[in-house]
Amino acid sequence: MSSTRDIDALIEMMAKLPGLGPRSARRAVLHLIRKRALLLTPLADLMQTVAATARECLNCGNVGTSDICDICASEKRANGELCVVEDVADLWAMERAGVFKGRYHVLGGTLSALDAVGPEDLRIPKLVDRVTAENIAEVILALNATIDGQTTAHYIADQLEGSVKVTSLAQGVPIGGELDYLDDGTISAALKARRDV
Amino acid sequence: MEWRDQGILLAVRRHGETSAIIEVFTEAHGRHAGVVRGGTSRKIAPILQPGAQLDVTWRARLEDHIGTFTVEPMRSRAAAVMGSRLALAGLNAVTGLLSFCLPEREAHPKLYGKTEPLMDLLGQDELWPLAYLRWELALLDEMGFGLDLVRCAVTGAREGLVFVSPKSGRAVSRAGAGDWADQLLPLPPLMLGQGEAPDEEIAQGFETTGYFLRHKLAQELVHKPLPEARQRFVDLFTRRMQRG
Repeated sequence: MSSTRDIDALIEMMAKLPGLGPRSARRAVLHLIRKRALLLTPLADLMQTVAATARECLNCGNVGTSDICDICASEKRANGELCVVEDVADLWAMERAGVFKGRYHVLGGTLSALDAVGPEDLRIPKLVDRVTAENIAEVILALNATIDGQTTAHYIADQLEGSVKVTSLAQGVPIGGELDYLDDGTISAALKARRDV
Repeated sequence: MEWRDQGILLAVRRHGETSAIIEVFTEAHGRHAGVVRGGTSRKIAPILQPGAQLDVTWRARLEDHIGTFTVEPMRSRAAAVMGSRLALAGLNAVTGLLSFCLPEREAHPKLYGKTEPLMDLLGQDELWPLAYLRWELALLDEMGFGLDLVRCAVTGAREGLVFVSPKSGRAVSRAGAGDWADQLLPLPPLMLGQGEAPDEEIAQGFETTGYFLRHKLAQELVHKPLPEARQRFVDLFTRRMQRG
């Protein structure tokens, strides 16, 4: 039993990852062991490197391997547009789409009365500073279309009122979406935001 | 154990990777929590927005278990409020206060009866603040801190009531207030069901109910500070009033 102690510990650790349970973690570990040279060793090396270097960008809150992330460091991205997102995962989603060419600001959550998350717990003061320091012309609020997300959006809009143009993402029918399957809230938002064709 | 009821969704918290723990304010079962399996899925997550009117069925093996909810949407109020700062702040204030002060699994049918119509008024920014003020008075009443605005606590007079005593929650007339007037809370005519309820009087009403919510309900009953959502709503309302 002791000969598999390390492997068991690895399975236990892997099972804590999102999307994995004990059985799938066991399968993944077995696969890694079988592909030791191809997967396990490079993965272990990379994890060690990332564990040593990964950090939050001091400017925007993105995750990178240097104090200032590549997006903030790039002069090409300084086009006067700043996209505010809730989480790093949202920033990555925006980058995947490849349509936004400006810089980002990661809040690190949303305001929540229930969980006692106030403005000082988020990176809102830093956002206000950046708007002035980086000559931002437009702040795009790409926050989730949830009650907490929109409460945060309105709060930020209040904080920035008069100093910069503030816009938010549209809400409505997703690409490939069928009206029949949409909830009434989405249909209502889409109808309110209708436009000329 | 199983029951079925309708209620207002107060709060949602992620539970594990796919489930959510929700809090619902129902007429017959009060504020009740339970797990919604698959509550974070793309299909169910849009339904589970605070303020939504839900048809819920709760099941558990034993009564003291947290149990699971199956939910059917009845009315989503999120879309009606997302475009309006005041409505959104109002919704947060109502759900925040209910979550904050209602004991779990204790029915408050009278308060529920006043909450559901208030939620249905969301988005009507001209009517809502007054309705909300009346709801706060009902909430204080339900929690045992109701204001007695019928007669003056000092003189017994039924006319000329313009203050509320912060100590007793009873009305005080101008004559009865005497030198203590500057230490009393305002009692605008609208709280006596008089006049046309201008915004200035509603703001005064919020000052008075806010005092009792902070100093009685929060400090004496719940022993925690009042949710900030209520103050955010009042601040927004005051700003709107000042802008005209």
